[in-house]
Amino acid sequence: MTEPAAFAKAYSSDPFRRDVWPRIAAIALVLYVIYACSQLDVSWDRVQTGLQNAARFFSRLFPPNFKRWDLLTKGLSESLEIAVLASTLGIVLALPIGLCAARNLMPPWVSWPARLIVVMARSFHPVIVAIIFVKAVGFGALAGTLALTVASIGFIGKLFTEAIEEISLKQVEAVRATGAPFPSVLAYGVLPQVFSRFIGFATYQLDSNLRNSTMVGIVGAGGIGGTLFAAFQRFDYDFVCAILIAIITLIMIGEVLATAVRAIFIENATLFDLVRRRGTMRRVRHTEDD
Amino acid sequence: MATVARTAGGDRIWRRFNSAQRLSRFVVYLVIVAAIVVSIQTIEVIPEFLADAPEQVVDLFARMWPVDFAHYPGSVHDALVETIHIATLGTLLSIVLALPIGVLAARNLVPFAGINFVAKLLLVSSRSVNSLVWALLFVGIFGPGALAGTLAIAFRSIGFVGKLLGEALEEANAGPIEALAAAGAPWTSRMTFGYWPQVKPAFWSIALFRWDINVRESAVLGLVGAGGIGMALDSALNLFQWNRVALILIAILAVVILAEIAVTQVRRRIL
Repeated sequence: MTEPAAFAKAYSSDPFRRDVWPRIAAIALVLYVIYACSQLDVSWDRVQTGLQNAARFFSRLFPPNFKRWDLLTKGLSESLEIAVLASTLGIVLALPIGLCAARNLMPPWVSWPARLIVVMARSFHPVIVAIIFVKAVGFGALAGTLALTVASIGFIGKLFTEAIEEISLKQVEAVRATGAPFPSVLAYGVLPQVFSRFIGFATYQLDSNLRNSTMVGIVGAGGIGGTLFAAFQRFDYDFVCAILIAIITLIMIGEVLATAVRAIFIENATLFDLVRRRGTMRRVRHTEDD
Repeated sequence: MATVARTAGGDRIWRRFNSAQRLSRFVVYLVIVAAIVVSIQTIEVIPEFLADAPEQVVDLFARMWPVDFAHYPGSVHDALVETIHIATLGTLLSIVLALPIGVLAARNLVPFAGINFVAKLLLVSSRSVNSLVWALLFVGIFGPGALAGTLAIAFRSIGFVGKLLGEALEEANAGPIEALAAAGAPWTSRMTFGYWPQVKPAFWSIALFRWDINVRESAVLGLVGAGGIGMALDSALNLFQWNRVALILIAILAVVILAEIAVTQVRRRIL
């Protein structure tokens, strides 16, 4: 029990009184922004001249020029191929690595090397990894595929490990108690618990690979990115606009498909439901009790 | 719904999914397999390049060694600091720009479907353009340099920050806000004392998470001329100075790891 006086002292003061530290932090932040802006040579003049440029730039972007559509479709289909293969390879490789990295199922001498692989795969941006692969396997789609495979291993490996580490061990023990060998424990004790989350991040990764596969071309690793960069450097801005519209359309279609796959596998929706756009929310409850 | 019983010759067969669900799943599997097969058949792989890949990798590492550490104090250090400035300023700018858009996207705060839709459209378009493309655009407008990089980072992050912030606002418990409204609190007080305490943890974790991502992203923006360590990397690559490339890669790795440690520490302190 608190003394009445102490109680009054603690609770009579302003309940919304502010700490000193946030204010100091705010002032420090403002000082940092001023310092950093001076370092980066950011000034109002530059912004103003930039805005004048912007008007000219945007007027040259429009109307988009789709005359070289053959180049466009070739680049886009290559990007799509890179994304599909990188996601497949990435998932196939990330599953065993992610499983090995799970500390609740594996001894430390297995999990630490696996965790190291995952961290290494995640630490560089896919475009930088693509530079290395362009040197190793030459210009072209293969370099892009391998670079995005590495990125997928990093992402899926990490999330798969976290998903496995969060499972309930009761079911695993129950399967073990029947005398099941290790593969059966995985198939009946572990995988059913992580399957819906796995679908979630596999579709997310396909989405993310699709986005990045349109970019790795900037360093020569195949896909539409090379065409985009070349068009930029030649000041071919109307073609740039056409490429950007195509890329954004592709990414949006990818997002719609990813949502459809998630609805079918996680919410047990059918293709008919998706066409009729109904029942997705109601069905979530059913998956919880199966 | 999930289980369907059927009789076939007197025996019951229990199925987890009905035929429409099974058909849907089958179609997805079929499309995935078809996509993989078509991709493997049509992707361009040059066998000669693939054959000498091991040799090239050995050659790559031989050229990278010894790492040119002597070059670090000269230009790499400044470029690295510039990268961190780009990431930080870009994140701050994106938060400033994303706050109003995120609020407008939250259906419980702004009960006008039209405004919500426009705000969400802005957020989606920001996210669907890759930061490298934003960088190309801003390099076209402002010329090469860190300003283009900062704006690229900011515009790419608006969608991410705004979307997550809008979702956090929509998930906020209506009770405290109703209580404030009942007490006659004006709009500003409802925001600062009703919504802000509820979304504060989400806000900080979004900001920190995005800063961490932006440190990685700002390292590559220089490849298209938008400032930072990427420009040093680009010139080293163009001159085939592989031992300098190795130094830059190690520097990027170090910064990425330090940023992750910093984020973990700050998150532990304030969340």
